[in-house]
Parts: sequence; C-alpha cells; structure tokens
Amino acid sequence: MSFPLLTATAAVPAIGAIATAAVPAAKRTAAKWLALLFSLATLALAVLIAVRFDPGAKESFQLTESHAWIRDFGVRYDLGVDGIAVALIALTAVLIPFVILAGWHDADPLEGAEPNRRWRPTQGFFALILAVEAMVVLSFEATDVFLFYIFFEAMLIPMYFLIGGFGDRAGGRGEQQAAAQRSYAAVKFLLYNLVGGLIMLAAVIGLYAATADQLGAGTFSLTQIVEARASGALTLGTGTERLLFLGFFFAFAVKAPLWPLHTWLPNAMGEATSPVAVLITAVVDKVGTFAMLRFCLQLFPEASSWATPVILVLALISIVYGALLAVGQRDIKRLIAYASISHFGFIILGIFAMTSQGQGGATLYMVNHGISTAALMLVAGFLISRRGSRLIADFGGVQKVAPILAGTFLIGGLATLSLPGLAPFVSEFLVLVGTFSRYPVIGIIATVGIVLAALYVLVLYQRTMTGPVKAEVSKMPDLKARELVVVAPLIALLLFLGVYPKPLTDIVNPAVQHTLTVVDKTDPKPSVKVDAVPGSGRHGQTAQTQDVEAAK
Amino acid sequence: MENLIALLVAAPLVGAALLLCGGKRLDRTGHWIGTLLAVASFAVAVVLFVDMLGKGAEHRALHQHLFSWIPVGGFRADLAFQLDQLSMTFVLLITGVGSLIHIYSIGYMEHDERRRRFFGYLNLFLAAMLLLVLADNYLLLYVGWEGVGLASYLLIGFWQHKPSAATAAKKAFLVNRVGDMGLSIAIMLMFTTFGTFAFGPVLTATGGASEGKLTAIGLMLLLAACGKSAQVPLQSWLGDAMEGPTPVSALIHAATMVTAGVYLITRSGAIFNAAPDAQTAVVAVGAVTLLFGAIVGCAKDDIKKALAGSTMSQIGYMVLAAGLGPIGYAFAIMHLVTHGFFKAGLFLGAGSVMHGMNEEVDMRRYGGLRTYMPVTFVTFGLGYLAIIGFPGLSGFFSKDKIIEAAFARGGTEGWILGGAALLGAAITAFYMTRVMLMTFFGEKRWDPKEVHPHESPKVMTIPMIVLAVGSVFAGGLFSAGDSFVRWLEPVTSFAHGHSPVSAGAVTAATMVVLVIGVGIAWLMYGRKAIPATAPRGSLLTRAARRDLLQDDFNHVVLVRGGAHLTRTLVYLDHSLVDGAVNGTAASMGGLSSRLRKLQTGFVRSYAVQMLGGAAVLVAATLLMRGV
Repeated sequence: MSFPLLTATAAVPAIGAIATAAVPAAKRTAAKWLALLFSLATLALAVLIAVRFDPGAKESFQLTESHAWIRDFGVRYDLGVDGIAVALIALTAVLIPFVILAGWHDADPLEGAEPNRRWRPTQGFFALILAVEAMVVLSFEATDVFLFYIFFEAMLIPMYFLIGGFGDRAGGRGEQQAAAQRSYAAVKFLLYNLVGGLIMLAAVIGLYAATADQLGAGTFSLTQIVEARASGALTLGTGTERLLFLGFFFAFAVKAPLWPLHTWLPNAMGEATSPVAVLITAVVDKVGTFAMLRFCLQLFPEASSWATPVILVLALISIVYGALLAVGQRDIKRLIAYASISHFGFIILGIFAMTSQGQGGATLYMVNHGISTAALMLVAGFLISRRGSRLIADFGGVQKVAPILAGTFLIGGLATLSLPGLAPFVSEFLVLVGTFSRYPVIGIIATVGIVLAALYVLVLYQRTMTGPVKAEVSKMPDLKARELVVVAPLIALLLFLGVYPKPLTDIVNPAVQHTLTVVDKTDPKPSVKVDAVPGSGRHGQTAQTQDVEAAK
Repeated sequence: MENLIALLVAAPLVGAALLLCGGKRLDRTGHWIGTLLAVASFAVAVVLFVDMLGKGAEHRALHQHLFSWIPVGGFRADLAFQLDQLSMTFVLLITGVGSLIHIYSIGYMEHDERRRRFFGYLNLFLAAMLLLVLADNYLLLYVGWEGVGLASYLLIGFWQHKPSAATAAKKAFLVNRVGDMGLSIAIMLMFTTFGTFAFGPVLTATGGASEGKLTAIGLMLLLAACGKSAQVPLQSWLGDAMEGPTPVSALIHAATMVTAGVYLITRSGAIFNAAPDAQTAVVAVGAVTLLFGAIVGCAKDDIKKALAGSTMSQIGYMVLAAGLGPIGYAFAIMHLVTHGFFKAGLFLGAGSVMHGMNEEVDMRRYGGLRTYMPVTFVTFGLGYLAIIGFPGLSGFFSKDKIIEAAFARGGTEGWILGGAALLGAAITAFYMTRVMLMTFFGEKRWDPKEVHPHESPKVMTIPMIVLAVGSVFAGGLFSAGDSFVRWLEPVTSFAHGHSPVSAGAVTAATMVVLVIGVGIAWLMYGRKAIPATAPRGSLLTRAARRDLLQDDFNHVVLVRGGAHLTRTLVYLDHSLVDGAVNGTAASMGGLSSRLRKLQTGFVRSYAVQMLGGAAVLVAATLLMRGV
C-alpha cells in the first residue's frame, strides 16, 4: 500500500490542532509557532499532492484511498482528488499559514486582564483554525457522499467558536455589546448552515435509499453512483432526482452563499476577526461551490439542467445585488462581505453556464477570490486594529501616513475589481465568456458587475486612504515586518497567476471536461469557421485591403 | 529582430517595479532610472523602425510569441506581440513623447517629495500603453487598456491629499470602466462568433460573419473607444482629469492614452468596414464630440481645462476620420501623431506658465507673459499655430485631410460631417486664440508683488522646443509624397475619397473659417481688456462652463439616484431578505425562539432538538421511499 498522502494532508493539521490546544497556558507564543509549523507542514503535503497528481491521467480520481467504514450502510472512507480538488486543497493550504500569521495577536489576552491558568484562548484560537483546515481538506477529498457530509457539517463546530469567541477589540462599542453582536453572528451562521445541512442529510439518505433499492446494496460512493446512473443500472424518477438535487443544492447555496440565503455572511464576516473572516469566505465557503460542481452536477445531471435557469437568475441577482449593497456599506468588513457575495454569484454563474470556460473559470475564480479576498481582508484587518474601528468614516488620508499599507490595500482592491494583469481578471473573464457563449443576455447583465466592483472598491479606497489626514490616524504606523510577510506573498501570487495561470488551468481543465461529460454538455460552436493561424496579423491586413478593393 | 519587441514593454515595466518597490533609497536617483528606461525603450523602437524601413511594405509585420496565457477549452489567449506599421507609429509616438515628458518632469516635479513614485507611475503607464498597441489579440490589448486606465487613475490622483484630485481619479476610472464593459462584450462576441479574438484570424474572417454580429461588435468597440478617448457620451472625466500634474495631462490626457480609442477603431477596421451602421455611429460620435469639446474649450478660464476641451475636440476629428473607413484611417492616425506633438507641447507650455506663476491656472490672472517667458511663448505659439491649422504647419495638413474626407463621405451625410468639421475648425481657431491672448498678450492681471513670472529651467524648455519643432514640420513631412498614407496603407488600407467639393475649395474654406475664428477672438479678447472675474455670460457660455451640463445630469441621475438605490437596498436587505429567511425558518421550526435560547446558552438542548429533528426527517424519508 502506498503512502496515504490524502489522509496525511488532513491528519497533519488535525494533529496540529490537538497539539496546539495542549500547550500550557503560559506558553502562548510556543502555541503560535507550533500552529504555524503544522500549517506549513500541511502546505508541503499539499504541494506534494499537486506534484504527484497527473493531469493527463484517465481516472477521474487519483491518489485514492478506500476503506470500508460502516459496512451495514455501505459508508466507506473513500478519498480521491481530481484537478479541481487539488487546486482547492492547495488554496487552503496556502492561505492557512497567512491566516495564522495575520491573526498572531488576535487572541492575546487583553492587557491588564487577570491571568487565568485554565483559560487558554490563544491556544484555542489557533487549534480551531487548524481543525477547520483539516475538515475543509477532508471535504475536498471525500468521494463518499456520506463521508463528505460529515466533514461538511463538522467544520461548523470550530467555525462557530471562532466567530463567537474572538472578535475585534470593541473600540467605540461597549465590550458587552460587541460580545452580544458576535454571538448573534455566530448563532446565525450556525443555524443557517445547520438547516442547510439537515436538508442535505435527508437528501443523502434518500439517495442511499434509492441505491439500496436498485443496486442491491446501498452505497454512498460517488464514482459508483455516477457509473450506475450512466449505465442505466440506477434510474431516478424525474421528481425524485429533482427533490434530491434541491436538497443538496440548498445546503451548498447556504454555504456559498447565494442570494437570498446570504444574510448570515455579512454578520459573520463583520463580527469575526479578519483572519477568521478570511477563513470563512476564502476557504470554508468554497466547499459550497466546490460541492455544487462535484456532487450536484455529477449525481444529478438532469435535475441540474432543469434547475439551471432559476440558479442562473439567482446568481445574477447575487452579482448585482451584492455589489450594490457593498456600495452602500459603512463598515469596511461588511463591504468586503457583500463584495464576496457578488463574487460567489460569478462562481455559481460559471458553474451552471455548463461550458468549459464557465466551469474552468469558476474553479479558477474560487482560487483567485480566495487569494484576493485574503489580501484585501487581512490588510483591512491591520488597518482596523490600528484605529480600533471598522467604520469607513473613521478613516481618511491614511495614504499619507502609511503608504505601504495603503498601497497593499489598493492592490487587494484592484484584485477585487478584477484588474487585468491580476489573477481574478482571468477567472472573471472566463466566467463571463463561458456564460455569454450559452446565455448572451445573462452574460451581458453580469458585466455590469465589473463597473459596480470598481465603484465599491474605489469609493472605499478614496474614503479611507485619500484626502486630508484625519487626526485619529495621524500617528498610524505603517505595516510591520510580520504584516508584510503576510501580504507580500499574496500579492506576488495574484500577479503570478494573473500573468501565468497555465499551471492552474492545466490541472483544472481535465476535471472540468470530465464534469461536462457527465452532465452531457458540449461547448457551443462559433458561428464562423476560422482558419486557425494564431498570430498571423498580415493575413488580416491583406484581406482587409482586398475587401476594400472588392467593394469598389 | 522580433525578440526586441518584448524589450520595448519590459524596460519601462522594470522601471516601474524598481521605483515602486525600491523604497526610499531610490529617492535620489529614481527619476534618472525612470527617464533612462523610457529613453532605452525609445532607442529600441528606433532600432526596430530602421529595420522595418529596410523591408518591403508587405513584409514589415513582426511577431513575437512569448507563451500561452489562458488556455481553457476552445478559448486560447496568448501573450504575443505584433509589430506592424500601425503599432510602430504608436510605439515611436509613445516612447518619443514619453521620453521627452520624463525629462520635463525631472524639472517639473523637482520639489515634490514623492517624485520617485511619480516616475514609477509614468513608467507603468508607458509599459501598459506599449502593451496596448503591441498586443496581437484583443484580450491582451484589454490588459494594456485597463493598465493605462490604472496608471491614469494613479496619476490623476497623484496629489491625493486633495479631495478634488482623488474624486477626479475615481471618476476617470469609473467612466472608463463603463467603456471597458463594451470592450469585454466585444471580445465575448468575437469569441462566440469566430472562436478566437486574435487580430489575424478575426480580421480575416469578417466576411463570414453576419452584418448584425459585426455591427454589434463594432458598436461595443465604439463604446470602449468613447470611454478611453473621452468621446460623447463618456467624455465627462477628461476635464476633471486635469487635476493631475501637468506632465501627466500632456502625456496621458493629450498625446497618447486618450487616443487609444482611435487606435482600437483603426485596428478593427475590417470589422467596421463590413458594418456600415456601426461606422455611421462612429462618425456621429466624432462629429458631435468635436463640436462639444470645442464649445466647452471656449468657455473655460482654467488654461488646462480649455486645453482639455480642445483635446476632446481634436480626438473627435480623429474618431470622425476613423469612422469614414479606408478613406479616413490613415488621416486619423496622421492627425493623431501631429496632435501628439502640438498638444503635448501646448500642455508642457501651460505647465511651464503655471510653474512660473505659482501654480495659478486661471487665465484671467495671466496676461502679458510673453516677455517674461520667451521660450515658453515661442514654443506655445508654434503649437498654437499648428493646432489652428496655420498654412504649412502640422495641423494644417492633417486637419485639412480629415475635413476633405468628411465631405467625401458623400450625400447629405457628407455635407453635414464636412460642415461640422469646418465649424469645428472655426471654433478651434477662436478658443486657441483666446487662450493665447489671455495668457501671453494684453495687460498684466497679476500682482507683481506676489507673483514673479520666470522662464522654466532648460530641462523643461528643451522638451518643449523639440515638440515645437515636431509641431511645425511633422505635417509637411508626412504629407510630402503621401509618405504617411503609403506607410500605413498595408495595415489600414487606403481608398481615395471622392469629394463633391474640390480639395482646393476645402482648403480655401478652412482658411476663411480660420480667419473668422481668430478675428472674433481678437475682437473679444485682444482689443478689449479682460475682466479679472468672468462676466455672467450667455446661457450657452454658462452651460459650456459646466461642461454643457453633463455633470449635472450625472449627478442627479447616477450619483443621487444611485445613492437612493443602494440605501433602499441596504434597508431592504436587513428588513426584508434577512427577515423573510429568518421568518420562514421561524414559521417552519420555531427557529427564532431557539435562536434566543441559544443566545442565552442552551447549546446542549439545541443540539438535542436538532438531532431529534434529523431523526424525524430521516425516518420520514425512509418511510416515503418504502425501504
């Protein structure tokens, strides 16, 4: 048996979580370094996955591991990755070290607080982050529907405590009120996602029942079910398939989040500390869109096509609505949260456009949005912690006193508005073109999003960074070394993937083609046949001249 | 040779990276590094140009393929360059004028503590602009297109402690984004129509596409051009863009970036040639803007804003010419190049005046400066003569050809367009004479105790002299033996227009309107004293001062309307969407009461309930399935 690389990639952060939690109360700094170390080890393993993964291979899942788990119900411990999963595992593993570094002091006990020998918030904070990482990685790896469901739900628990237990310093609000708002946000997050999960559980069991009914032995295995459906061994009635699809989709749409199920996100991202907000939107939420691609589309291809029009409209609403609300926000973190809602609209649009550009773009979008939001949100966090306020109106003229902070904030913002040359442009354009080629009107309306994105980003930048220096920010220090270490690599990644996204597209493309084959969709063909002579400008000019001559 | 193309872009790009990331230790040398790299890029351009001249007209285009940029399914975008005569023309203009303006800025920005960053942004602009004109496909062009938009944003808002500058920068970017939507959609249309958006394949295959598709693509490209080139209806940002340092106005908002729209239309000639309706839209936009900008230019007292109106108007001429098809492309580009010389020169002259006048921009506070700034006066004066089309100078040749081509469109349209172009020439003569008289002639309207006008240092005047030389001779050089038209013909194609009016008559008419325009301006501003505060003026004057009410419209409809919309949505999101979802949940399972319980700490009881609920659901499902 070969080395269980996939299990290891999840086990390392899980062990790290336990180890970090066990560090004695007095050794806070040791706990931080330990957590960082484990997250880096996970990153190394994720890189190993990417290296060992062969994009050209025929199998839809690679590096597979398979063990029986609950025999009576056919639940198996089945892991495997396709290109999409590899990309998202890499994203997760890359982001977590930055999340840990950025949150280095977020869970320090308040100055002057009584030392408490049993209460170890710092250890808890970093342990919870690693626990989330482990669950997220496992959800990307699981190819058994039930196994996926377990991790999909289990990650709510550490997330709940991360949102409810740690927040920004209260600033203007009283400590009491801040705690109340935090706990409201945490509960709202938990309830929305639990309800989604519950409905999904019903659908999971329904699916099992169908397999048990028709295949002799019930199974949760994605590959088996997909094969059985393709061969006709497993047929679902139209009504049943649609119900099951909706059950799955609902859970993922809450997580993603899709309008109108989005309202938990601004609360959660607003109240949580910035690194946790990044964890939510850049990592955890991606499981939702990922699962749409892997489970909704592959398990229920017909129902997916059936629901497509409605989902596309909801995604379109998310794009425009999220952007408009971002424009109207007065709180920096909530603004970024609404921007994310708009971006998730793009991702879902790309997935359900059912073209290789749409889905390839959506996968890239998940990765790029993760990086760009992390950059923007983490710098926003540095900014907020310096001023003790999240309100846009409390800032002004920061550019003058902290030019590096302002510069990195601007780059994060430019990535958010998908400036060409930075990674998000590639994915956004692919999603748009992929959507447009099948649904021109929807594609055109979605491009309005690029104008609105410019609006909310530049208004945010103008109000916080430019103009006369406000008295309260006049002493604001520029980015420190630790903060630069967080931001600089993220910016470098944004630039690299904007100029040379090929390593990513090479990994993702085959998986997207596989998904499209399962749902039985092919890309629309161009209406005019063109001789493929890339870069032959001169032919163009000659013909142009001839045209003109002919016209005379 | 083709391997040198990437170097054109790389040199200023490296400069931008060095200057922007280099930190304080480059503060003292930064401007030299930036200038050196701009000049290096120009040197490479000259080498490529000489090489190109040595080849036959049909074999001049070079290609350089770097790598496959975005390959997804049938979607293939490459990082590849194409250098043909059209690109070459732009490359020389961009790097040449760009280098001069870098040199000028060494003096102009000498006392600015953020000079290093200024040069970083200028280099970034050069790199993006070169990418724009060198790209061999529309998507890569798009990268340059937004890249210059970014540089423009950063430079307009360079003095961002001034709220007006920050607002102007944001406005420019936003209005341009509306245009960018057009470019996005055009590229998407090309992809669905042709399966590619590389220049070569698309422009050869236009014959196979329906006219409707091509018209749609053409109109979207026009929208993009309107944004970048400040054409009606997306012109409102250019006047505000004058908040940027004056060298920026000269380079970006006069000579190069704002002409990118003309490049786009000319480059896409094959599409427009096959879509007459789109061409009609292009000429209409051009004609309207050339009058719009000229009228605005007449009413402004701010010297830079008067010149900005003029820029808008002159680009209107170019767009008009480009919309005329093969009879106009070459003239559009020719006017673009001569305009690059004289308008950059005029802006640098304006900067020099401001430099000597404590950054004063109000022409009502100038007057009689010709003796204090002789070099500025002469160079500005030559630029002035060039732009109004004084016989023998650059503008005379290039503008005359456009007016002639406009008449040659034929029919009523030809008369309307030709008439508009002639009228524009008259107004141009008027407003430029006005600027000239208010600034350099008449009595002093400034306080000699506070202001000490002086000539600018050599580092600033030498670029002005070079540009003045270009303003004088470029037109004649290009027209001699139709050299410019023959140079561009292999790329843009060329057809002789058949004007109902003879060329001689057009020239004569142009001369008559020129004299009328100058004459009226002299009567109004040369013979009479100029009041220090502007008179109230006619209704038209007042409207023109406010950019013909465009901003008022924007403010009422977009700004205030938008604010209402977002505020309403924020309210509804909280009360309606959030409320509805929570409410539905509550009615289904009493969630809100649980929510309250949970908040008071009954996590355990909640978990039990949840598990119970799950069990019920599971049981129900199993029963339903009959398993």
